[in-house]
Amino acid sequence: MTTYLFPLIIIGGLTTTGVYLLLERSLTRMLLGLLLISNAINLLILSAGGPRGNPPVRGRTSAGETTTADPLAQGLILTAIVITMGIAAFVLALTYRSYRLNTVEEVGNDPEDTRVSQRTGTESFDADNRPGPDRTRDTDLPDELDAIPGFEGSR
Amino acid sequence: MNSLMLNPHLAQVLTPLPVLVPLLAAAITLFAGRQPRLQRAITVLALSLMVAISAALVYLADRDGTIALQVGGWGPTEPGMGPLGITLVVDRLSALMLLVSSIVLLAVVFYAIGQGIRDGDGRQPVSIFLPTYLVLSAGVCMAFLAGDLFNLFVGFEVLLSASFVLLTIGASKERVRAGISYVMVSMVSSMVFLLGIGLVYAATGTLNMAELSVRLGDVGDGTRTALFAVLLVAFGIKAAVFPLSAWLPDSYPTAPAPVTAVFAGLLTKVGVYAIIRAHSLLFPGGEMDQVLLVAGLLTMVVGILGAIAQSEIKRLLSFTLVSHIGYMVFGIALSTELGMSGAIFYVAHHILVQTTLFLVVGLIERQAGASTLQRLGGLAAASPLLAFVFVVPALNLGGIPPFSGFIGKVALLEAGAQVGSVLAWTLVAGSVITSLLTLYVVTRVWTKAFWRSRDDAPEGHLSASAPTALLDNTEESMDIALVERDDVGRMPVGMLAPTGALITVGLLLSVLAGPIFAYTERAADEVLDRGQYISAVLGEP
Repeated sequence: MTTYLFPLIIIGGLTTTGVYLLLERSLTRMLLGLLLISNAINLLILSAGGPRGNPPVRGRTSAGETTTADPLAQGLILTAIVITMGIAAFVLALTYRSYRLNTVEEVGNDPEDTRVSQRTGTESFDADNRPGPDRTRDTDLPDELDAIPGFEGSR
Repeated sequence: MNSLMLNPHLAQVLTPLPVLVPLLAAAITLFAGRQPRLQRAITVLALSLMVAISAALVYLADRDGTIALQVGGWGPTEPGMGPLGITLVVDRLSALMLLVSSIVLLAVVFYAIGQGIRDGDGRQPVSIFLPTYLVLSAGVCMAFLAGDLFNLFVGFEVLLSASFVLLTIGASKERVRAGISYVMVSMVSSMVFLLGIGLVYAATGTLNMAELSVRLGDVGDGTRTALFAVLLVAFGIKAAVFPLSAWLPDSYPTAPAPVTAVFAGLLTKVGVYAIIRAHSLLFPGGEMDQVLLVAGLLTMVVGILGAIAQSEIKRLLSFTLVSHIGYMVFGIALSTELGMSGAIFYVAHHILVQTTLFLVVGLIERQAGASTLQRLGGLAAASPLLAFVFVVPALNLGGIPPFSGFIGKVALLEAGAQVGSVLAWTLVAGSVITSLLTLYVVTRVWTKAFWRSRDDAPEGHLSASAPTALLDNTEESMDIALVERDDVGRMPVGMLAPTGALITVGLLLSVLAGPIFAYTERAADEVLDRGQYISAVLGEP
């Protein structure tokens, strides 16, 4: 299979920029990054379809070409464009909603995730239990008495 | 009936129906948005029809072997050549996936309707919910039926688009936050998949899986491995295999209970199914087996360690979901018939049990007003029935002997021991440890939420105000004191019955384990053999 250098350079450039934008936290930039990557991939499929040629319609020729262009690659790209467009519209709606709710359009952290990761080792072990009796104040009396704040036992 | 069953064209007629029926029903329910009763009736009818069709397909695929349908008659122009149009293929594996998925979809829709009738106000279930749910069903079935890579991509996109809507339903603050990261991660995985499709097309000039399976043999080893790796990354994100799994516990728990249940049951398994196809049909020979084995081990261990740290039950279950994907990857990566058979059995078992558990959490949330261990307590005394419906699937997940989880795990362990390499034995050890830790995690939920008194929970005096159906009302209502919460009454039959039905199906998987395991063995044989699939699609060469 032969291919051309120029589309490959463009594909590389678009993907690089797209990945860079995708790593941002701002949603509009992430969306732009996704769109750039999807365009890069569409170009890639186009180049995978081989060189130009006659339109894939019986009896039609174009400027002395001898081969027929690959219609499948174009069909794939059309489908991919439609899908990306639909999802992009949905992401824009979500972005706007997020902006309305939070006045920022950034990817937020999961609060529960943050809470769990900020716990210290002993906390995470006891996180779902009520604090037990204070061992430093342990006396010979029953634990229930030790647990009462201010009750110093027999000490 | 018998003459109808013998008709060779019946299978061809049935094959596209699991996609067509829900899509048509989605269109009708969309128009019937103002008549909730009609919407519900059509949805239930369509999904029941799907269960019947899938059951027939299981029977036919098992009796006659792989069924291939060339859509629109654009088949191969000569035997051995690739077909011109779209191919739908049903073999034993995809038929089983279809059957289990449609059972789960039907049960969950009953649950959602029951919840909407009981706890929803005038707006619930939202008129968009059922149509979107049907589109999701169509997408799942399309992915299972796809005979070419691009159609698989379209199936993924259909189910993903529907899942975006379901996850952000009502667009509350928390759901928008979760939805954004879910949408972004899914889009990246779709882009990687599309990239893989472009590269595969450049290397072979076809996307039909049967033809690819033949042609990829002529591609150089390095290129083959690279193509496989790109596809594995795409499927790995969807299936939540370890280094690519962090998105799942962040996004799933915020959705309404029935939505989380169906996502947890089905969406990751579609990714696992795609991995099975890529691994055994497109790239046989196991170039990436070592990588997959290590990824499987890490998925199991890291996932379950994550679950230990959680106190929110939905997040905890999401982590066990990630962890148990590791078992399936383990079975697939062994590249043996027993391993594959165990993996297929485990997929079926895990779809059922994980969905059931999320439905039970929905019940817990409704009855107790909380789903975090910091608030729950005393449920066993408050509702012994709820305790029962929790403990059966929980023990099943943990792999306690009579249940199907045990059978699946034993098959995988046996397959690992049969291979006998150091890495395989490490995975055997890893699966045993994961299984024990799963048991630890579910018993922790059991002792805290069910056995201790609610007074012992640090925030036990707090509760959410009122049960809701699909919409998230966390913004409208603040936490209230438990004593002020209105009595929610008994568990609604509309929610309890579907949960009970899924538990029963899960138990049937144990009772009928012999025939079902024989079936998955035939399915694994068919998947690894490739010859039947190829000749069904391309015609006898």
